[in-house]
Amino acid sequence: MAAPTTSKPAEADAPAGPAPAGRHDPDVAGLGRWRATGFAAPALVLVAIFLVFPALWTLYLGLLDYSLGGKTAQSPQYVGLRNFSDALSDPLFTKALYLTLLYVGFSAVLGQNVLGFLLAWYFRNARAWVRVTLNVLVLLAWILPGSVVAFLWQALLDRQNGTLNAILHTTGTAWTIDHPMAVIIIFNIWRGTAFSMLLYSAALNTVPASHLEVARLAGARPWQQLRDVVLPTIRRHVLTNTLLITLWTFNDFTPYLLTGGGPDNKSQTLPVFIYKTALLGQQRLGYGSAFSLLLLVANLIIAVVYIRFLRGARR
Amino acid sequence: MTAIDPVVRRTVSRIGVYVGVCVATVFFALPLLWLVLTPFSKHPSYKATLDGVSLDNFDRLLHNPQLWRSLRNSIYLAGGTAVVVIVTAALASYALSRVRIPGRDQLLYALLLLSSIVTGTAAMVPIFLMLYQLNLLDKQFAVVLVLSGGLLPAAVFMLKDFVDSIPRSYEESARVFGASPSQILRHIVLPLIRPGMATVGVWSLVQVWGNFLIPFILLSDDKKQPAAVVMYTFYDTGGQPNFALISTFALVYSVPVVVLYLIVNKRYGFSFQGGIKG
Repeated sequence: MAAPTTSKPAEADAPAGPAPAGRHDPDVAGLGRWRATGFAAPALVLVAIFLVFPALWTLYLGLLDYSLGGKTAQSPQYVGLRNFSDALSDPLFTKALYLTLLYVGFSAVLGQNVLGFLLAWYFRNARAWVRVTLNVLVLLAWILPGSVVAFLWQALLDRQNGTLNAILHTTGTAWTIDHPMAVIIIFNIWRGTAFSMLLYSAALNTVPASHLEVARLAGARPWQQLRDVVLPTIRRHVLTNTLLITLWTFNDFTPYLLTGGGPDNKSQTLPVFIYKTALLGQQRLGYGSAFSLLLLVANLIIAVVYIRFLRGARR
Repeated sequence: MTAIDPVVRRTVSRIGVYVGVCVATVFFALPLLWLVLTPFSKHPSYKATLDGVSLDNFDRLLHNPQLWRSLRNSIYLAGGTAVVVIVTAALASYALSRVRIPGRDQLLYALLLLSSIVTGTAAMVPIFLMLYQLNLLDKQFAVVLVLSGGLLPAAVFMLKDFVDSIPRSYEESARVFGASPSQILRHIVLPLIRPGMATVGVWSLVQVWGNFLIPFILLSDDKKQPAAVVMYTFYDTGGQPNFALISTFALVYSVPVVVLYLIVNKRYGFSFQGGIKG
């Protein structure tokens, strides 16, 4: 991904302005450095305003007592690190953090990862029509808009007429109220397994067939082939996949569409908690920013691990 | 370990696989049933059954201006974002690919890092506040700019990889024959990178079409909200949802994404990933 393939390091700088199209000059259209900077500017300005600035501003906002409703509505006050110390003793926050870890751990790291791998593993020798059918279903779950699939699950789990209750003969069971966490975890496995499946399908293609053949001839059972031949070869893909789906699931707002964080905050993950704290009711933006910062830092850690790992892998 | 007859073991494991595949198929198909059946049902409800086929539900949808307006808004947001992303990403990625701007590689890494950490969820508070203070809440073009900013890093990456893979000889020969930079860009480069631009454009369309959070927090006027948000407010408002409308609307709203996905997948074997989610 994103490997700079063309640049040769430590080459003499080309003079600014239209340079003669020499053999080593990549600037074949004669753009020149200034025009090139101008070309890159609109994209970079948009990114600077709508990605870089908000991230940095969060640092500052987290230090303010700033609400759009309530007493401090008009005059944001500097309160230092109080938002952060309040956050740590806020039971709603610690609960949201705990639920988020549950959500990420069970739905992404375990659920999507394992199910995606199993599907990819199974697809290698599956009959074409089975493979195509399952593939289409799994991909549909992934590409349909979030608010549509959320409603599909409402219909599936409905108390009176839901399909699930009809199949299990459990009419009257309110799944989203009785087991909200289980619902959003299973929902997210359904929703996101496609990515792991695609990634592992590609990864399994890199496992040399001859290695598997040798292992099979040596009498290794499928499970032993998996452990001793396949997993060591695709180790890197496993890490890539786990980091990416962890990052996405950590930031996933879709549980809100399904349960609204309820009942009783029982399925209130961090993104939903931030939304409710900062943008609903009293709109405590400063306090909400403190949590946003935490989310940013968590994302940063995952992304840095990922990028270091990508760079290391290329050496 | 006790010795198990290999034939028995193979049979058992094969049965296990069949059961697993059946369970997986049911698991992935079950929620989708409702979307496929209910729009054509005579008595639409939460039930995913087809009791009597009719197209009456679509007729009702046709006569609902609010829902058509929301689809128009979706087209505006998705189309506007796609245009902004295509134009700015094409310019930037060409320049970054062909001209050695100092610090380019670091810049690209910083972009990669940024696009993955500053998600819509993590940045919703500062973005909301920024637009609030600039008096840009409830403005669709502001949503387009916010979404573009979020998609651009990944778009620049994809397009730069694409431009890197195009040989320079076309541009070189045009240069030798005395073409000016702007002529080279218009007549040589643009046609060459058009497939890459199309891919990035479709990718942006799909990302925005399904995006719920950003328009949800930035647009409060229901006349301006896109289908993603209207779909949600539709069943969130409490009481019994209007199943005739909601089922057909869900289907009509979903079809474009599926079609776009199929087109891109067929032409480029490309799968959507990355970008801001949620």
